[in-house]
Amino acid sequence: MVNRQKYNDPKDISNCGLCGFINKDKKLVSGEIIIKGIAIQHDRGNGLGGGFAAYGIYPEFKDYYALHLMCDNDLAMKNAEEFLNANLMIKHSEPIPTRKTKAIISAPKLKRFFVKPRGNSDDYDRVGVENGADDDYIVKIIMHINEKIVGAYIFSSGKNMGAFKGVGFPEDIAEFFRLDEYKGYIWTAHNRFPTNTPGWWGGAHPFTLLDWSIVHNGEISSYGINKRYLEMFGYKCTLLTDTEVVAYLLDLLIRKHKLPVKIACMALASPFWKNIDRMDDEERNAYTALRMVYGSALLNGPFAILFANNEGLVGMNDRVKLRPLVVGTYDNTVYMASEISSLIEMNPKIDNIWAPKAGEPVIVNFNKSEKTVIRGKK
Amino acid sequence: MKRVYEIDANGIYYRDLNKKIRDLVAQGVKKFILRNVNGQRYILDGIRENIEMDIYGVPGQDLGAFMDGPTIRVFGDGQDAIANTMGNGKIVIHGIAGDVCGYGMRGGKLFIKEDAGYRIGIHMKEYKDRVPVIIVGGKVGDFFGEYMAGGVLIVLGMFTKKPSAPICGDYLGTGIHGGKIYVRGEVDSYNCGKECGIKKVDPKKDNVLIKILREFCEEFKVSYEEVIKEDFTMVWPKTKRPYGNLYAY
Repeated sequence: MVNRQKYNDPKDISNCGLCGFINKDKKLVSGEIIIKGIAIQHDRGNGLGGGFAAYGIYPEFKDYYALHLMCDNDLAMKNAEEFLNANLMIKHSEPIPTRKTKAIISAPKLKRFFVKPRGNSDDYDRVGVENGADDDYIVKIIMHINEKIVGAYIFSSGKNMGAFKGVGFPEDIAEFFRLDEYKGYIWTAHNRFPTNTPGWWGGAHPFTLLDWSIVHNGEISSYGINKRYLEMFGYKCTLLTDTEVVAYLLDLLIRKHKLPVKIACMALASPFWKNIDRMDDEERNAYTALRMVYGSALLNGPFAILFANNEGLVGMNDRVKLRPLVVGTYDNTVYMASEISSLIEMNPKIDNIWAPKAGEPVIVNFNKSEKTVIRGKK
Repeated sequence: MKRVYEIDANGIYYRDLNKKIRDLVAQGVKKFILRNVNGQRYILDGIRENIEMDIYGVPGQDLGAFMDGPTIRVFGDGQDAIANTMGNGKIVIHGIAGDVCGYGMRGGKLFIKEDAGYRIGIHMKEYKDRVPVIIVGGKVGDFFGEYMAGGVLIVLGMFTKKPSAPICGDYLGTGIHGGKIYVRGEVDSYNCGKECGIKKVDPKKDNVLIKILREFCEEFKVSYEEVIKEDFTMVWPKTKRPYGNLYAY
């Protein structure tokens, strides 16, 4: 739960730089590449937030939810740990490894837990989810900690993935979290320039829920509408930054309502009515229905976002292209960034670069023959 | 001081790079060759001397902003806001370019060989002999020439990575009240602002087009005959004051 006295600002706007890539063969790539890609965009941020999401980094615990916890103080850590112990089977826990660096001062207490619901029906009943609905159970646990335990926040909760973020330039955050020592098959990164909300550790990007992570450049002007809509489904927006709603909307639309990624994107950035009017009957009816049902999920305002889960990486712009986004490919890797220079920094050999159309998602999934993944499957 | 100066920009922070260039311009260097440029912002911004610069790599945001004289050739892609409020000179991009290029441009030329992004040439203006020109050899996104007040915008749609996309996006010339937009081929009036007049022109009979297209073709070594094979559509302002009565009620 956030100490609102400490970060007392009601507005929710930010403006930043981002980059990411996916290796479609699930080949693991060192964090050094993404650090280069975001460091070259240094001047898109102002040192008040940097963060990364990485997929494929915890293969030894890949069936467990990896909870990353940040706490303002020892008491918050104690309370959060007690709550986790009382509600989950904890396979392993440890402090998140960090380096002492000059640039990062006053970091919160950081710890990670590899957990599962214990699986007894009492637990599910107590938090009010269906028996065996593990994802829902974990979401309830996160929402409880972030809303109710003062000074404690879960900032990452997926399987075989993790978010690392804080106040500082992203290259400094990477050094602090020793990200050069991790290997992942999807990486995203963010350089924050908060303009209207506090630059605090929880407010840095990415925002995550279960496997979803999102980094965002822009501002979600529809934050209020989106937030109230999400509250109807039990999501609590606690992190004081607009981007949080996108993570929860993706969870709602894709995991809960089972919309295909492309359709979910069309709900978040629907075509304008004037263009829907020109479609043929079938398409017009489909888009009309989508806008009617998910009107409150529509994201308004400028954005370029990258979001990822254990199935792939998606890049998308707002419908009138008010923030930059470029995509490049080389071999089996797809790179996305705010600037071409970032693509080239991540891979100088990149041979196909383009700017996607506004409002049309670039969806990249893993190739189907996933030998590297299947190894060690339960 | 030698007249041609070569700089390896690899890893140089943009402020240090720009300071070095400015110092050298002040010392009388007339031609620069920049190698390994990647993302450095604000190159040659506000420079008024008639110098030349060849850039190998990808220059960062606001290349040549407020520039008033130099000629820049980029052998690579460009990013956003190239030629922002440029006064005079010439910028040539041998690849693609980003969004908002030529914003409020008031003189000089911007030639982009391939595709360019959204909001190219918005609010360009002209005065007497200062007539800015942008030519995009590929395709452009929405808001091409929005609020255009003067100058010439040309889009060819020929050197593109987006074969299935329309040559221009939506809101073409919305709010136009000066200048001319030429689109090679057809334009769907649905995509044009309601302030736009639209008519077909034969490029071989339009002196403005002939002169400037020849220069573009020479710059990129592409066939002028090929470019003028198709008719162009000219988009022009029906009125000089489209919003004259907006608040008069």
